Amino acid sequence: MKELIRELTEEFGPSGSEDAVRELIKKRISDQVNEARVDPLGNLIAFKQGRAKRGVQRRKIMLAAHMDEIGVIISHVDEKGFLRFARVGGVRPLHLLGSRVIFDDGRIGVIGREKPEKRTEFPVVDKMFIDVGVPGKEQLTKKVGDVAAFVRPFVDLGQRLVAKAFDDRIGCAVLVQTVLDLETTPHDVYFVFTVQEELGLRGALTSAFGVEPDAAIAVDVTGTGDTPEAHPMAVSLGAGPAIKVKDGGMLAHPGIKNWMARTAQRLELPHQFEVLEGGTTDAMAIQTSRAGVAAGVLSIPCRYVHSPSEMVDYNDVQNAVKLLVGLLRGPVDI
Amino acid sequence: MLLRELSEAFGVSGHEDAVRQLILDAVKDLVDEYRVDALGNLIAVKRASSQGRRRVMVAAHMDEVGLMIMHVEKEGALRFRPVGGIDPRVLLAKKVRIGEDKVPGVIGVKPIHLLEPKAREQVVPVKEMSIDIGASSKEEAERLVRIGDYAAFDVSFGELGGDLRTVKGKAFDDRAGCAVLIELLRESYSFEFHAAFTVQEEVGARGARVAAHAIAPDIAFALEGTICDDMPKKRDVSPTTSLGAGPAITIMDRSVVADRRLVELLVDTAKQKGIPYQFKQPGLGGTDAGTIHLSREGVPSVVVSVPSRNIHSPVCLLSLNDLDNTVRLMRETLARVHECDLGREA
Repeated sequence: MKELIRELTEEFGPSGSEDAVRELIKKRISDQVNEARVDPLGNLIAFKQGRAKRGVQRRKIMLAAHMDEIGVIISHVDEKGFLRFARVGGVRPLHLLGSRVIFDDGRIGVIGREKPEKRTEFPVVDKMFIDVGVPGKEQLTKKVGDVAAFVRPFVDLGQRLVAKAFDDRIGCAVLVQTVLDLETTPHDVYFVFTVQEELGLRGALTSAFGVEPDAAIAVDVTGTGDTPEAHPMAVSLGAGPAIKVKDGGMLAHPGIKNWMARTAQRLELPHQFEVLEGGTTDAMAIQTSRAGVAAGVLSIPCRYVHSPSEMVDYNDVQNAVKLLVGLLRGPVDI
Repeated sequence: MLLRELSEAFGVSGHEDAVRQLILDAVKDLVDEYRVDALGNLIAVKRASSQGRRRVMVAAHMDEVGLMIMHVEKEGALRFRPVGGIDPRVLLAKKVRIGEDKVPGVIGVKPIHLLEPKAREQVVPVKEMSIDIGASSKEEAERLVRIGDYAAFDVSFGELGGDLRTVKGKAFDDRAGCAVLIELLRESYSFEFHAAFTVQEEVGARGARVAAHAIAPDIAFALEGTICDDMPKKRDVSPTTSLGAGPAITIMDRSVVADRRLVELLVDTAKQKGIPYQFKQPGLGGTDAGTIHLSREGVPSVVVSVPSRNIHSPVCLLSLNDLDNTVRLMRETLARVHECDLGREA
């Protein structure tokens, strides 16, 4: 599964430009599902039809992971060919200094900064620029509206993995692996790879309207409290996938939460409960779709979220896949 | 000129009636059917001239930013709050019209003689401003004005001229879009054309949300009057848009990532037909497209805007060249919108 994770994290896909990620996922799963379609906003919706199983009521289940990552978009090209930019999603200015970005054609740029008035001045995006290394504006091929992602190779540290865009390519990897490992299910399962989560859960909103599920689980990253002097949070890397109770945007459906916890116990999979103070996931938009959907979240604990070097634990990832496969093979007990 | 009437009509968010009536009079003979929905959107439909099955929504919002009366002081002064985003610095000493009877008033300002040096550098908060309608008591004021009445800027449309054919007036955001949309209704199209003149954009694109749900379009365009910050600056940074440089195409703003296929169609059309165009600085502002594209299963959407200096102030400026070119670009683009492949192979 590490090769799948590497491929997914290294792919280019800032919000609104998820095409390459979608192509990659499609390639990996299209043989294993009954149908894969792309909806008007670009969500990939892969459908696996349920096979009737005695004593199990067939339900329509939506699993969601977002394909998009944070990035930048060119907002102005100056006379010398330097590129001013705006943020795509929750990019932290501190992470920008010294960062490299890559455009969809492979061109690399580095981020520079105007001379600060004081050494301690906090960096602001308005005073930064991208330098793509052309001697003058005439040689520049980049224009206003071009989008770039951060450049960082995937690193396998053994137990722990480091990459950009674990948020939420690790969720995509978990769903892809779940499709591959599932074989059969008594449920109609929609694996939805969403767009534009980082801009406000937009793809999840429209895809949930289209799928109209009975129950939904988003798979996304969550923060941890296990680093030096971290903001207190009872989630640790390596303690198992986290079953969300609450975050900044939603209260998880208690039935979904308990269904996940019971299944994890039954399969003897390590797991932890998550209460996240800020931030939310696609499940928030799915929960309030149409007349409402029982929705929860299976989170992959992740350090340094929204930095170019996010870190996850490989066991947590594999256990998340096992838990999802277990959930989909049995009755939806919510 | 229709833009003059549109600009001078009062239509602060939530009370767009006069603007709607004006537009209705202008379009009712151009369309096959029209209706006003529960929130006050005017939706006018032109059926397809051929067998086109696609449904295209083109939206422009009727509402403008303005003020609402909150409280009457015992001396007869009216306290107010902004409706929509208004910089308090543009309010002082401006003329307004209040309520159904268009009661004239002026927003009070403390003379410079009375200002301490420090106060001259500070922005007067809206809470401390009041409107003077010439009343000398609460009772007198309340005979003319009620709590909850809207106030709109009292500004006449005018022409500055020049090569850019610059005009001034209030509410070019988004009466410019309304003017363009009305012009578009004079043509016939190979698809079902749903023109939505929407309400309450300035308070959260609310009208567009329900209009899009009802129309359920395959594609949407929002027409706007947008930010233009092209006066001389020391730093080499974006003007957002430039006056006279043609219609501004949105790639991404705070509310929407425009559908790339529609952006490409607009750009290709502009190049083919020799129509000037520009990209709006990405990352700024929000429009009706923000709620339209999230309607139902999602709607590929894009925004095309007429650049306007001083938007959200009493006196906006735009170039009639830009306005005409926006009509041209939209007309030519809509004529080939069927070429846009909306299917995505999966």
